[in-house]
Amino acid sequence: MPEQETRNEARRRLMSGREYVGADRIDGPLLVLRKTHPVGYRELAECVDREGHTRLGMVLDTSDDAVVIQVFEGTQGLTLPGTKVRFRGRPLTLGVTEKMLGRVFDGLGRPIDGGPAPLAQEEVDVNGRPINPTSREYPRDFIQTGISAIDGMNTLIRGQKLPIFSGNGLPHNELAAQIARQAKIRGGSNDFAVVFAAMGVKHDVARYFTRSFEETGVLENVALFLSLADDPSIERIITPRTALTLAEHLAYRKGLHVLVILTDMSNYCESLREISTIRGEIPSRKGYPGYLYSDLAEIYERSGMIRGTPGSITQLPILTMPSDDISHPIPDLTGYITEGQIVFEREMSGRGIYPPVAGLPSLSRLMKDGIGEGMTREDHPHLASQLFAAYSYVKDVRNLASVIGEEELTPLDHQYLEFGEFFERKFVSQGKDEDRPIERTLELGWEALKLLPSEELHRVTDEEIETYYLGEG
Amino acid sequence: MKDRIIGRVRRVNGPVIEADGITDAQMLELVRVGESRLVGEVLKLSGDRAVIQVYEDTTGLAPRDNVYGAGMPLSLELGPGLIGSIYDGIQRPLEALRSLSGHYIESGITAEPLDRTRTWRFVPDPDLKPGAPVAGGRILGTVRETSRVEHRVLVPPEVSGTLESLVPEGDYPVDRRIAVVRTDSGTRELPMLQSWPIRIPRPVRQRRPLSIPLITGQRVIDTLFPLAKGGTVAIPGGFGTGKTMTQHAIAKWCDADIIVYIGCGERGNEMTDVLTEFPKLVDPRTGRSLMERTILIANTSNMPVSAREASVYTGVTLAEYYRDQGYHVAVMADSTSRWAEALRELSGRMEEMPAEEGFPAYLPTRIADFYERAGYMDTLSGREGSVSIIGAVSPPGGDFSEPVTQHTRRFVRCFWGLDRQLANARHYPAISWLDSYSEYLDDVTPWWEEHAGASWAGERREILELLQREVRLQQVVKLVGPDALPDSQRFVLEVCALFKNAFLQQNAFDDVDRYSSVDKQLRMLSLILVYWRRGAEAIKRGVTLVKLKQMKVLSDIIKMKFNIRDEGAAEFDKLQARLERSLDQLESIYA
Ligand SMILES: Nc1ncnc2c1ncn2[C@@H]1O[C@H](COP(=O)(O)OP(=O)(O)OP(=O)(O)O)[C@@H](O)[C@H]1O
Ligand SMILES: [Mg+2]
Repeated sequence: MPEQETRNEARRRLMSGREYVGADRIDGPLLVLRKTHPVGYRELAECVDREGHTRLGMVLDTSDDAVVIQVFEGTQGLTLPGTKVRFRGRPLTLGVTEKMLGRVFDGLGRPIDGGPAPLAQEEVDVNGRPINPTSREYPRDFIQTGISAIDGMNTLIRGQKLPIFSGNGLPHNELAAQIARQAKIRGGSNDFAVVFAAMGVKHDVARYFTRSFEETGVLENVALFLSLADDPSIERIITPRTALTLAEHLAYRKGLHVLVILTDMSNYCESLREISTIRGEIPSRKGYPGYLYSDLAEIYERSGMIRGTPGSITQLPILTMPSDDISHPIPDLTGYITEGQIVFEREMSGRGIYPPVAGLPSLSRLMKDGIGEGMTREDHPHLASQLFAAYSYVKDVRNLASVIGEEELTPLDHQYLEFGEFFERKFVSQGKDEDRPIERTLELGWEALKLLPSEELHRVTDEEIETYYLGEG
Repeated sequence: MKDRIIGRVRRVNGPVIEADGITDAQMLELVRVGESRLVGEVLKLSGDRAVIQVYEDTTGLAPRDNVYGAGMPLSLELGPGLIGSIYDGIQRPLEALRSLSGHYIESGITAEPLDRTRTWRFVPDPDLKPGAPVAGGRILGTVRETSRVEHRVLVPPEVSGTLESLVPEGDYPVDRRIAVVRTDSGTRELPMLQSWPIRIPRPVRQRRPLSIPLITGQRVIDTLFPLAKGGTVAIPGGFGTGKTMTQHAIAKWCDADIIVYIGCGERGNEMTDVLTEFPKLVDPRTGRSLMERTILIANTSNMPVSAREASVYTGVTLAEYYRDQGYHVAVMADSTSRWAEALRELSGRMEEMPAEEGFPAYLPTRIADFYERAGYMDTLSGREGSVSIIGAVSPPGGDFSEPVTQHTRRFVRCFWGLDRQLANARHYPAISWLDSYSEYLDDVTPWWEEHAGASWAGERREILELLQREVRLQQVVKLVGPDALPDSQRFVLEVCALFKNAFLQQNAFDDVDRYSSVDKQLRMLSLILVYWRRGAEAIKRGVTLVKLKQMKVLSDIIKMKFNIRDEGAAEFDKLQARLERSLDQLESIYA
């Protein structure tokens, strides 16, 4: 940025030390102050309560008359006359360094593991900036997660943003932890790090992840940002941004491949709704603000790869769908931004299938460029497409069977039912520690197809049938 | 000029700011705000106050910051060098911004949309001599902009008078004077570069009726729901149903001369995809790289929303400019819903009264105005040109009854509804043959009959009727199973299944299947109908469905889309002969 400073800006900088005593209004997490110097939009504010404790905030609205501050640590205990406010003349920043790996922070990036604050290498605006589309590198590297439902059918690509659409009580944490443990690039560099951001989840969830990282001995490659259920809900608004600010430093400055796990995005969205409601904004669907899409995009788009830099950011956001409804604004808008989604099905989970990845609504959009010859195996694209097609027909057959009874089905339809059963029980289903190489996944896929007559397989080539269906491929 | 202070900031609320102390601002005037000179536009004036929307991130902007007026509306630079470029929503060249601010787009940086240091070989029109009367749209000369696009340098629409001078053939930068025109209000020096405000349609001589299809190479589109050159179409669909893939496929393979692709509030990687893939792809008609006819507007979801609002106008204005040179231009807007949402957000910040779902009451007018800019025109230059608009719509929850889909439907004449069930079953493109329609059918039928075959309209109708019948039969099947139906009816289901598999599904990633010529499309359709007509006949004569389905030739029919290329007329003849022979054999057994 050009460093030319003008009178108004210079004045603001001088004023930035100035302390205002007393607020004019407090409403939820918002604090309103009148008669200030001109304060910048999104400027960092420090609000000091009567005990002398400083809470950070950000300017949401600024005018000649009043400044509205959103206080990240909540306004509980603040009083109108007893609150002192200072504006810092700059937005909220995070001091970042590689040394933050292996450490635990609160939602704003302050250490809570008892250790000293790491010495920052650079101070970065947590809000980030849009990546210039001409600077992006299109992601194509296959990540082997060792999970067939993902590797085979919804392949994860380095630099992708692939959320898990789950529901309360479903094993999304287990899957995310398993991916974090098992993810690898075959034959490529594996300088990796995990940045974990918890928004409004319980302590035991955070502990579950910590333990999982500990057990596999990767904890020193993980940075945790925790804004848990009993922390002020407003803090969650900034938590994913803080986490991504570190991730960007690690990826684009240090060349690491960073996996970012964000859980639970539904809690994040609820905090956003809370503020929007208090500000009296016109809501769109279900009370969520009209800018929810853009706001989520600011988070999810902070993933990918950048030309000429070695690192990458792969995002694995987790969200619980309110009443398992995929058309709810949170999963809906997420799906409109991310590059596919892994959708959980409660019914499958009920039948003891782990991971309960729904076959049809799940999708990886970047899969097409990361699989096939030279990446996974030449038959992978057609095999996946054939499995999808066959499995989709299974759903129709099951519906029909529920009406006319299984006995009435044609022999072919029976074969499809068998295929469906195998697909779910043997292909999709696997152990929570089972790490399947891609070859094994593809093999299982062909084993499933062998339950169907070869005339039914329109999506694979004759040669593929020759090699893998008839042969002992 | 740039330093004309027209007022001061009073309030900053996201991308919307209020200013006061306003004396001589104009509505829709281009302004620059604060010391980083963020680009903005005056939206409202009242007393000494103005409401301004700012096209860049307003972080750090504060009350009392200056507002500078530019004295003109937000306009585009038009001239050679547009093709192959990638711009943001307000025509900032993203490549140039990268060299200024690195991988991230900073606020307050500017670069000229057209490179001033580059020269272009300008060839004046030899028939144009000093003293000749010239008017808006007159072609002064040409520039080879890319190996495939000849840029026709036009007299700007508002200029008319007598030509005083025209430079000889030579290499000139875009801002160098190439002609002088004496007008009623004095002389005008004309460079190749001209400018035009994005919100005002460029004038034309007259609209013409539509009659030529925009051939996309996508079978479900061209054969079932054709779009006309100069037409408008909406592609609504929930997330992941294939809007972007369809738009990309059309941008790659359609027979327009110029493509303007607007990434409006969508993913950064999708723009990167176009940027990396298009230069490598070769246009089947001209053998040139596809990037040599493409302009990209990228205002991704994480870029400022107000520039998103502007991006669709920027795109369509560029399209009109090439139309005026006598080209057929196709504009893809992905997604118009994000544009409508930007309107909603800005309207909300201006505290306007909302109508449906928080959208402003003027949403329908804006949508109508946008699509109205499409058309097949007699341009001012006397040549014909067209702008076709293909707009993606992203309905919340995939529910087509929401305001943006509903209003868009009122103003477009073609509708390609994407179906979640089809997409989940990986039936791509997931364009529903039941919800979609094209009002251009009658307009383009003569063209098809002349260029592909006289049977086109009839065969198309026949297969659509069959698909309708299938729906009714499927309802029965759902209750009692397929075995309850007689073979004659089950055969309808079979033929429809074959048609979906062999014809409607089209794999965008397959080197052969991704594009089908009109001839290939009609051959494929005819072949399937031969199977239908003769098969139905055979069943009447006692041939069983099982026997029909066992014909070996069927698997080759399913795979003909992959195995027979566009120029494979002979192979289609062979396949058809085999089919007929197989049917003959069956019938002879039962005869
Ligand atoms: N014609 C096609 N051929 C092959 N695959 C397709 C086709 N159309 C869609 N797909 C698949 O569907 C996925 C989603 O398509 P696309 O990105 O176009 O969806 P969209 O409707 O634009 O979604 P969003 O609204 O979220 O942007 C693609 O990544 C691809 O895997
Ligand atoms: Mg899309």
